[in-house]
Amino acid sequence: MLEFLNPPFMQRALLAAVLVGITAPAIGIYLVQRRQALMGDGIGHVAMTGVGLGFLLSTNPVWMATLVAVAGSVVMELIRWYGRTRGDIALAMLFYGGMAGGVMLINLSDTGSNANLTSFLFGSLSTVSEEDVTAILVLAAFVVLVTVGLRRQLFAVSQDEEFARVTGLPVRALNLLVAVTAAVTVTVAMRVVGLLLVSALMVVPVAAAQQISKSFKVTFVLAVVIGTAVTLAGTVTSYYQDVPPGATIVLLAIAAFIVLTALATPLARRRARDRGSEADRCTLEVPAARPAPDDVSV
Amino acid sequence: MPEPSTPEPVISMRGATATLGARPVLRGVDLTVHRGEVVALLGANGSGKSTAVRSVIGQVPLTGGTVELFGTPLRRFRHWARVGYVPQRTTAAGGVPATIREVVASGRLSRTKLRLPGRADRAAVDRAIELVGLSDRAKDSVNALSGGQHQRVLIARALAAEPEVLIMDEPMAGVDLASQEILASTLREQVAGGATVLLVLHELGALEPLIDRAIVLRDGCVMHDGPPPEAVGQHALPGHDHVHPHAASEPVRTGLLT
Repeated sequence: MLEFLNPPFMQRALLAAVLVGITAPAIGIYLVQRRQALMGDGIGHVAMTGVGLGFLLSTNPVWMATLVAVAGSVVMELIRWYGRTRGDIALAMLFYGGMAGGVMLINLSDTGSNANLTSFLFGSLSTVSEEDVTAILVLAAFVVLVTVGLRRQLFAVSQDEEFARVTGLPVRALNLLVAVTAAVTVTVAMRVVGLLLVSALMVVPVAAAQQISKSFKVTFVLAVVIGTAVTLAGTVTSYYQDVPPGATIVLLAIAAFIVLTALATPLARRRARDRGSEADRCTLEVPAARPAPDDVSV
Repeated sequence: MPEPSTPEPVISMRGATATLGARPVLRGVDLTVHRGEVVALLGANGSGKSTAVRSVIGQVPLTGGTVELFGTPLRRFRHWARVGYVPQRTTAAGGVPATIREVVASGRLSRTKLRLPGRADRAAVDRAIELVGLSDRAKDSVNALSGGQHQRVLIARALAAEPEVLIMDEPMAGVDLASQEILASTLREQVAGGATVLLVLHELGALEPLIDRAIVLRDGCVMHDGPPPEAVGQHALPGHDHVHPHAASEPVRTGLLT
C-alpha cells in the first residue's frame, strides 16, 4: 500500500518535500504581501552560481547555493534601497548573470554535467542525499523560526513599510531578514522543486489560500497546508509515474488555485448580494438623516 | 490646556529645506506645534505640505534645518509610541488579505516592539477599533471596506499605540460624508483627551471647528500661520495673491476648544 515509503531515497525526498511545503509559502506570504511575488525567482537564478561553485570546488552544492543566494538577496535589498531609478536593470543583471555564471561553472567542473544541471533546475527525487537532508533540516528550522516567530513584525513591515518605520521597528534589518530567509528557502526547495520553479511554491499556495480567506492568519495556515499537500502529492506521483517532481508539484498547486477560485466565486457573489440589499434600504432617505451605512452588519 | 508659550513644543521644525530630485520642495519652513494644539497644514498640490509632515517623522531627509520631537532632535528620537502617524493612503490593504484587527494591531508594535503583546495591548487595539466605530467589523477583511472605512482603519492603527501626538496626511481624502463625521468625532474625543494633532488637509471641511491654527504653504514657504483662514480654497490658498494681514509671527489661539 504505502510502498513508496520503502526506498531510503524516497524517505529523504518526502522529508525534504514536507519541509519545502511548509517553508516556501511561509516566507512567500510576506513577499506576496509586499507585492514582490517574483523575488524568489530572482534568488533562484542567483543560486545557480552557488550550485556551479559547489561543483567546481567539490563541496556540497546546497551550502554553496545558500551562501551565494544569501549574498544575492542582500545585494537585491541594497538595490531596492539605493538604486531607485535603474533598479530593475540592476536586478536583471544580477538574475541573468547568476544563471549564466552557474551554467558556465557547472560545465567547467569535472563532476558537473548537463544531467546534474537539469536536476537542479527542475528538481529530482533521487538526488537528495543524507548530507542534503541535514542541511535542509537546519535551514528549514531557521525559516520557520523567522516567519512564525516574527510574524507580527514582518506583517507590519510588509503591509505598510512607511508606517512600520514610524513605529520605530528596525525596518531595514527586518527587510534584510525577509530577503535572507527567502534565499534560504530557495536552497531548501532547490533539490525537490528545482531552482526555476521554487518561486511558484512561494506564491501559488498563498494565492490559492487568499481566494477563500479574510485574514492574514488563515491565509498563512491555509497556504502552508496547501503547500505541504501539493509537495507530498507531487513527490509520490513523481515516484510512480517517473515525471519530474518540480513540474508535478507546481501544476498541482495551480490546480488547487483554480479549484479554490471556483469555490470562492459564489461566496463572493453572496457577500456582494448582502451588501447590495443594504443599499436598497437607504435609497429614499435623506443622507444626513440616515445612520452610517456601515452600522448595518453584514 | 497649556498656553502656546509652553517651553517644549511637541513638534518644532526650523528653517527646513528639502528637495525632490533637483526641485526644492521646502524652502525654509518653520513649523511649531504645542501641546494640546490642533494645527492644520494647508496648501495646493505641490506646495510641500505632505513633504513637510513626512520630514517631521523622518520619512523625507532634510537638506537643511532642524526637526525636534518632544524637544529631542529627530535623529536621537526613539519614543515612537508617543507619535501616531496616519500616512496618505487610499487603502489599508496589502497584497494578502488581512482583517481590520490585524491591521490595527500592527500599530501597537511601537510599544510591543519585539515582545509578545499582552492583555493591555489587546485591549488598546480593541479600544482603537471602537473609537472609529468599526468594532462590529473587526474580523472582516479590509478589502471589503469603503474608502472612508479604510481611513478609519488607518487612524485606528495610529491610535492603537495610544500616542500623545497624531500626525495625519490628508485623512479626509476620498472619504464619504458619514465617515467624515465619524473621523471628526474621533478626533474631537482625542483632542478633548489632551492629544496634540498636526494634519495635512486639502480643505478644512468637516474638521474646521476643531482647528486651532492653520499653516498655509505655498511653493515650499509658509504664507500664513495663524487662525484658520476663512473660505479656504478661494482666498487663502496659493494661486490667489492675497496675503493675510495677521500672517505675522505670533500664533493666535481661537479658543474654540478651550
